[in-house]
Amino acid sequence: MSAKVNFIQAINMALDDAMAEDDGVLVLGEDVADPQEGGIAGVTKGLSSKYGELRVMSTPIAEQAIMGAAIGAAITGFRPVAEIMLMNFTTVAMDMIINHAAKLRFMSGGQTSVPLTIRTMTGAGFGNGGQHCDYLEAWFAHTAGLKVVTPSSPADAYALMRACIADEDPCLFIENLPSYWVQGDAPERGTVAELGKAKVLREGSDVSLISYGRTISDCLVVAEQLAEEGIQAEIVDLRTIAPYDKATVAASVEKTGRCVIVHEAVTPFGVGAEIAAYLQDELFGSLHAPVKRVGSVFSPVPFSKPLETAFLPSHDDVISAVKSTFK
Amino acid sequence: MKETQQPDREVLLDMYRRVNLIYQNDERLRSAIRSGKIATTYYSPRGQEVIPAAVSVNLTDEDYICTIYRGVHDMLAKGAPVKEIWAEIGGRATGTCKGKGGPMHITHPATGVMVTTGIVGSSLPIANGLAWASQLRDDKRVTVAYFGDGASNIGAVHEAMNMAAVKKFPVVFVCQNNGYGEHTHYSLSTSARQISDRAAGYQMPGVTVDGNDPVAMYVAAKEAIDRARNGDGPTLIEAKTFRFMGHVLGDADGYMDKEEKKQAMANDPVPRFRQWMLDQGHAQEEQLAEMEAAITAEIDEALAFTLSSPMPDVAELKRDVFAEELN
Repeated sequence: MSAKVNFIQAINMALDDAMAEDDGVLVLGEDVADPQEGGIAGVTKGLSSKYGELRVMSTPIAEQAIMGAAIGAAITGFRPVAEIMLMNFTTVAMDMIINHAAKLRFMSGGQTSVPLTIRTMTGAGFGNGGQHCDYLEAWFAHTAGLKVVTPSSPADAYALMRACIADEDPCLFIENLPSYWVQGDAPERGTVAELGKAKVLREGSDVSLISYGRTISDCLVVAEQLAEEGIQAEIVDLRTIAPYDKATVAASVEKTGRCVIVHEAVTPFGVGAEIAAYLQDELFGSLHAPVKRVGSVFSPVPFSKPLETAFLPSHDDVISAVKSTFK
Repeated sequence: MKETQQPDREVLLDMYRRVNLIYQNDERLRSAIRSGKIATTYYSPRGQEVIPAAVSVNLTDEDYICTIYRGVHDMLAKGAPVKEIWAEIGGRATGTCKGKGGPMHITHPATGVMVTTGIVGSSLPIANGLAWASQLRDDKRVTVAYFGDGASNIGAVHEAMNMAAVKKFPVVFVCQNNGYGEHTHYSLSTSARQISDRAAGYQMPGVTVDGNDPVAMYVAAKEAIDRARNGDGPTLIEAKTFRFMGHVLGDADGYMDKEEKKQAMANDPVPRFRQWMLDQGHAQEEQLAEMEAAITAEIDEALAFTLSSPMPDVAELKRDVFAEELN
């Protein structure tokens, strides 16, 4: 039996291995160094003791200053991994991320580049309310010059983090806080994923479930329930949201003729809308039913447990969306 | 003022050359825009010539600057090539950024012009990152962040000043206080008696200097740059100056105090510096005339180069968005 690790351990290993391999890899953010306990969940624990507090730099609570420092260092050739503790806090640093990190390569005519990774965590389920849990990936995917990545397993968290650090462009790496402690197979150290490549996690002939991040685990459960009813679902894990793997998505939906896109972000104007539009453009004649989307309710993330549960997409939501494609 | 800090004759001549280059460049550029040879929005630095000239004679090509949309004087003073700057402003393929950035985003890493931003206040957080890179490499480079008095009221500036002070980044913050943020007078937008007072809140030296006085400006810049280079941390310099051409070329100046503007223009720092050089015996008339003629020729050449250069190929839209060209 292979060893098990959780997401925190896998990401920590990826950072550690990347820093050991390349002196240019840096880590910065609130509380990331060891005197501050390596972050609120300990993802960066041990790194500053090993690589020093100039390379693993705890910062003030100042997201614009964090992103600015990361961008400046990246322009000179470093590969910073900047932690913006929670995804909602990226809103404070949007100018730096959107106007600068994403655009400097283009605006400079290719003279400068920003090989930067932004780590951020989010996700509802912990009762953290309206400003700590949003999935905002569509905003970033909508910006030319940014890549958006999110893992669904610890092993992928390792390989995708390594890929983001190695990439020449700014990458936003989204971690799901409520599943940080979920265990999975340990990564093979040194594995670097290819960005922009999806993975078929379960093969099926009747319907394609396209998802990424935490909701992949929902899709895996739902697929077993559907199988009991004779529906074979194929699960495609995007892994990279932008640019997403159009070929793998299209091949799966061409085969099944039915598609449900599942994400935790609210449904309107989301990643699901983009993929649905793409599929209807490419595969209109091969679709047996309209492409369906399942996401959170279009409201701010609520606090109270019953509200939070109703806000998030449920297994039943996915099942009824799948069944609607058979009507 | 210590005698040893005074600029010697060679330095004064070098400063005057840069001032005159900025002055002639601006006169010619405005004329080229007004006559329709070049089509662009333009934020003239006329009246602010001395500040970056006095700063830049204390910098090397290896030192970095981050500047802003009203920043062509800062780039020229730093040594960025006149021809390529003009071609960029003209939207030509031969521009510093292949015509993809324009006047608000001119970048020229070979002379240390690392970022030019169109977002008020955003030069400072990125300058910190360049300075952090110098700390990491221990290369003794200094980074200068230019910004205006209007920017001193935006949050990013304060986040950046705080972080620079905490981390002792080798950076110099140069606020060119021209009395107006867009169309609003200093007195209506800024609570501080003077911008340099704000340095006290960050435990860093803050000085207010007459930015149009070449010697005073040189002395203040040298002290701050030496301090940064020696590892003693950041300085805030408030350089008092005036903007002769309003916010954007063509604005009607209806918001400006006519008497204030008249007085400032009567005190034009460019002819004043020239006359002072002659009066003090630092230069002879023929010598300056020869220098100015060479600059005129250089600008003639830049204009001709621009007008004879091709516009960018539309295929450029797919290049430099990411490291890899888009399909």
